[in-house]
Amino acid sequence: MSAAAPALVRLPVWRARFVMAGLVAAFAVLAGRSLYLQAMQTEFLQEKGEQRYSRVLQVPGTRGRILDRNGEALAISTPVQSVWAIPGDVEASAAQLGRLAALLGTDVRELRRKLADRARDFVYLKRQIAPETAEKVARLGLNGILQHREFRRYYPGGEVTAHLVGFTGVDETGQEGLELAYEKSLGGTPGSRRVIKDRRGHVVEDVGSVQPAQDGHDLVLSIDGKIQSLAYAALKNAVAAHKAKAGALVAIDVRTGEVLALANAPSFNPNNRARLAGGQLRNRALTDEFEPGSTLKPFTVALALESGQLSPGSAVHIGSGGLRIANYTIHDPHPQTVLSVAQVIQKSSNVGAARIALAMRREDMWSMFHRAGFGVSPGLDFPGESAGKLRAADSWRPIEQATMAYGHGISVSLLQLARAYTMFARDGELVPATLLKAGVPAAGTRVLSARTARQVRAMLELAVQPGGTAPRARIMGWRVAGKTGTAHKQENGGYSTEKYIASFVGLAPVSEPRLVVAVMIDEPADGQYFGGVVAAPVFAEVMRGALRALGVPYDAPLEPVPLPDAGDEAREST
Amino acid sequence: MAKLNLLLLLVLVVCALGLVTSQHKARKLFSELERAQARAREFDVEYGKLQLEASTWGLHTRIERVATGNLGMRVPDARQVRVIDVAGAR
Repeated sequence: MSAAAPALVRLPVWRARFVMAGLVAAFAVLAGRSLYLQAMQTEFLQEKGEQRYSRVLQVPGTRGRILDRNGEALAISTPVQSVWAIPGDVEASAAQLGRLAALLGTDVRELRRKLADRARDFVYLKRQIAPETAEKVARLGLNGILQHREFRRYYPGGEVTAHLVGFTGVDETGQEGLELAYEKSLGGTPGSRRVIKDRRGHVVEDVGSVQPAQDGHDLVLSIDGKIQSLAYAALKNAVAAHKAKAGALVAIDVRTGEVLALANAPSFNPNNRARLAGGQLRNRALTDEFEPGSTLKPFTVALALESGQLSPGSAVHIGSGGLRIANYTIHDPHPQTVLSVAQVIQKSSNVGAARIALAMRREDMWSMFHRAGFGVSPGLDFPGESAGKLRAADSWRPIEQATMAYGHGISVSLLQLARAYTMFARDGELVPATLLKAGVPAAGTRVLSARTARQVRAMLELAVQPGGTAPRARIMGWRVAGKTGTAHKQENGGYSTEKYIASFVGLAPVSEPRLVVAVMIDEPADGQYFGGVVAAPVFAEVMRGALRALGVPYDAPLEPVPLPDAGDEAREST
Repeated sequence: MAKLNLLLLLVLVVCALGLVTSQHKARKLFSELERAQARAREFDVEYGKLQLEASTWGLHTRIERVATGNLGMRVPDARQVRVIDVAGAR
């Protein structure tokens, strides 16, 4: 038996080739697949991958502050937390819900109602709560209750500056006042950044370019907080004391045209706007126009002096039966039958002003009022600011020309009136008004000659002396000049016999004027309605405080100013 | 040839380790930056709150109330005030 030699069996060649081909084919499939993934699907896959670890974060921009001229804050944004929930994810016991409701200050039933709709992904439980409360909510550790940061606007000035500053909505965009007017520069732009986060949610790295958030710019106002709060308090007291419907006050720095105070009553608290009526919101000093009455007489007289027709001492015939034009009679309550031009202002004579006006061309009168800024927008960019109403001269009838001489048939805003008086304070130059801090003297536009302006100023000083209409406007230490207005309110196309607007516009110190203050009281209802009784004391109080605050040197002897007996001042009839 | 390869391998390893450490350092610095920025934000928030507090305490009406009520202060009469002309005093 021989051992069988191992036989060399030759396998068929095709088997090796088959395996080889199989392997090559498998590699080809792999290569093809990887080519497909790498080249054709790469973007989609990379995006999917990044979604696992990279996030885009919003970087909020802070809204700019609003400051007064001394840097005191009138509006500030501070971060607050808003609590929201994913109703489907909320698992909380009744006790936990009760605690949550107590922290949020809401009703438990209300909370349950909000959480009942489990199909929703997002529901606010409470917006804008204090960070401390938010922390307590977070410590409850409830699933599906989340928070995010928002900004809330606070107004430290409260009702004192409410009308001027305005307010923002819950999303921090301006809705009223300067918040609305300067929305573009105040509002911040949120930025964004793409980051890589690790498993625990920490940011590990920035990827790609970072878009920085742009904070809003601060807005510095011309308002002086001290004068503003004094003005608001004085106005509020006067409105309450005279049971008036409303009141407004404007104080302008004569040199720069800056509005140092702008107050309105009634006011509102911008931090808590739960109960707001439309009337409270109006910034009357800027948006309401009214017939100013006698406070316009100085412009009529200034025009007559400027044209050279009259001098302060010229006699104006008043007569005793009033002035009859067409079928209308203008009355005067004064006993005098002849007044000098200066006395027309001092005693506020309607007949006198009408006679002076009728001797002039109506185009010249229109031009005077127009250059004084009436019927022209004051250009403060304040939302809803009024331009007043001044009709074209060729539509004036003689009776209208006569009544316009003492401020009827023409409407102005209180700010326009205050600004127009700067021409008497600045020796004939009208200064442009601004609500923003300027700090440097402003260039004015010449309307009157210096001589005329000084003459009118002297007449206005007579009006606050005994025998004038407003002795209550005087203050100790400074010489004051000004003019009262007591206008019948328009009602149903005619003039009301019982409703008045009492006003006073004045300047001080007369030797070198620094401030113009205009006061308007709407519908005083306690029986007193003369501008010299209702509005002039407010002027005196604010002017005294403002001059002291500004450190203006005295220009009058320091003797107490005697107050006239009630009803002693010269009466005016418009 | 083999020597060069070995040298290159060594360089490669060193580079790789360098990359790892620098990445680690970058991450650490970044998290420090994050923390600092978070603190800056917190300070910002606090600054805002303090500003708010300052203006609330500094309300003119409140100052006046405290001055007249608690401290018994009053506004001086114009006669009790001397205005000094700075330019003239020199």
